[in-house]
Amino acid sequence: MNVDEVKLEWIKGIGPNSTIALSSRIRLARNLRDYPFPSVAKKRDLEGVVQRIKDVLAQDPYFKPFTLIMLSDLNDLEREALVEKHMISPDHAKSGNKREGALLLENEGVLSMMINEEDHLRIQCFLGGLQLSEAWRIIDRFDSILEKHIDYAFDEEFGYLTACPTNVGTGMRASVMLHLPGLVLSKKIGRVIEEVSKIGLTVRGIYGEGSEAMGNLFQLSNQITLGLSEEEIIDKLEKIALRVIEEEELTRKHLFKTKGIELEDSLWRAYGILKNARLISSKEAMELLSKVRMGVDIGLLPSIDKYKFNELLIKIRPAHLQLSVGRELSPEERDKIRADLIRESLN
Amino acid sequence: MKVMLCQNCKLKEATVSITRFIGGKKEELHLCKDCAEELLGGGDFLNFDFSLPDLLGTLLKQASLPRWEEIKHPTVKCPKCGLSYEGFQEIGKLGCSECYKTFRSKLTPLIKRIHGNMKHSGKVPHRAGEELNRLREIEKLRRELEEAIRKEEYEKAAELRDKIRELEGRRV
Ligand SMILES: [Zn+2]
Ligand SMILES: [Zn+2]
Repeated sequence: MNVDEVKLEWIKGIGPNSTIALSSRIRLARNLRDYPFPSVAKKRDLEGVVQRIKDVLAQDPYFKPFTLIMLSDLNDLEREALVEKHMISPDHAKSGNKREGALLLENEGVLSMMINEEDHLRIQCFLGGLQLSEAWRIIDRFDSILEKHIDYAFDEEFGYLTACPTNVGTGMRASVMLHLPGLVLSKKIGRVIEEVSKIGLTVRGIYGEGSEAMGNLFQLSNQITLGLSEEEIIDKLEKIALRVIEEEELTRKHLFKTKGIELEDSLWRAYGILKNARLISSKEAMELLSKVRMGVDIGLLPSIDKYKFNELLIKIRPAHLQLSVGRELSPEERDKIRADLIRESLN
Repeated sequence: MKVMLCQNCKLKEATVSITRFIGGKKEELHLCKDCAEELLGGGDFLNFDFSLPDLLGTLLKQASLPRWEEIKHPTVKCPKCGLSYEGFQEIGKLGCSECYKTFRSKLTPLIKRIHGNMKHSGKVPHRAGEELNRLREIEKLRRELEEAIRKEEYEKAAELRDKIRELEGRRV
């Protein structure tokens, strides 16, 4: 199995509002009733969990297009690449190889499932654009089929039982990845973060902390998992996401009107650098790609397929760069290969 | 007749007696049902029809019996995974599904603080839901059975007993 070739459906850039909403993601935390949770489980218990899943996979034809990977069968670089793809968490990459960690992958890169992370199962559905309802439909089906074969830890009052009480209830975290350069540039992002947090949602930078998001990429997600139904959580999140998207669009128009030539110059320069640089750091690349993407969105720069931007977000990251050449690279070597890759993609 | 009070809470009537031998010395402990459940990490075995020999057997199998002097301020441990509430506070994660039952009274306010809500209103898994319904039905029939026996309606009691057996046999 070639990790850098593992597919991801969302990067195709298909789906409603996929200009600003790059992806919609839902994850469900589930545990097997009869095994201790991974944090206290013995190796034998963790093996038991993996075996239960293997049995289910073999039993039900629904799981034919899925592949199970033991993290211990991968090297550090490959595990890191899965983190860069948001298929596994950094924690899972770090300790999963020693603790019977596994990943179940669906061929098209829509569904995946971490096994023996913080919870026994962390199911994930990843789609392009703003389509949380569709993601919920898909993951709900997967979950129901899986549950035909295994007993989940469930409590009438607390709902799905999870290792951490912050996840009980639906066990669901739904999120939308948003590209918000306009709100960052106009310094409105702080207010948006504040307002959203008042209604039980959170916004945070995807690569970075707080409002210091690398590449102006933010994740909008639900905080509360107990007391609301999955549909209610998704509905609320989708409505707020639409409002943020609208605000971003209006802000871009306004910026373009007031900053005119200044903004135009900055976007064209970004385009020029990406098309000509011979060395580029990950941080600079993310910053400039964000500008070029916005430039393309508003029709200022020549059209570039969203697929290319989405793909670059992942391919320019360290583990993917190293996997693409099949060896470890020094930071300087990475900067060169990264610049080559971007030039090749944009020219 | 004087009612014997629970030696732990000294409030409720002691209905569970436990005999054990520590260093060759015989000790007897009288507890109310609630304290026995809490102190001994009682699982379902205390809920229905438990008999003293069973209880004792279970207790003796447990490696770490509470010491006499610890009884008043015991560290409650989850009977399934062995985690204590202090352990949970330290690692921030619970050890198994039983932990939610064991530490329910402490977790309830915590979860309410986190979520602002207390009752799950989302998806219910088919199997766990079915199991839940089955257990509830058995509980209801048991109550009816007791009632029938009390009223000496033996025919009805036999019917109920059969129903309970059938439900108990139908594990999902
Ligand atoms: Zn008592
Ligand atoms: Zn436990």
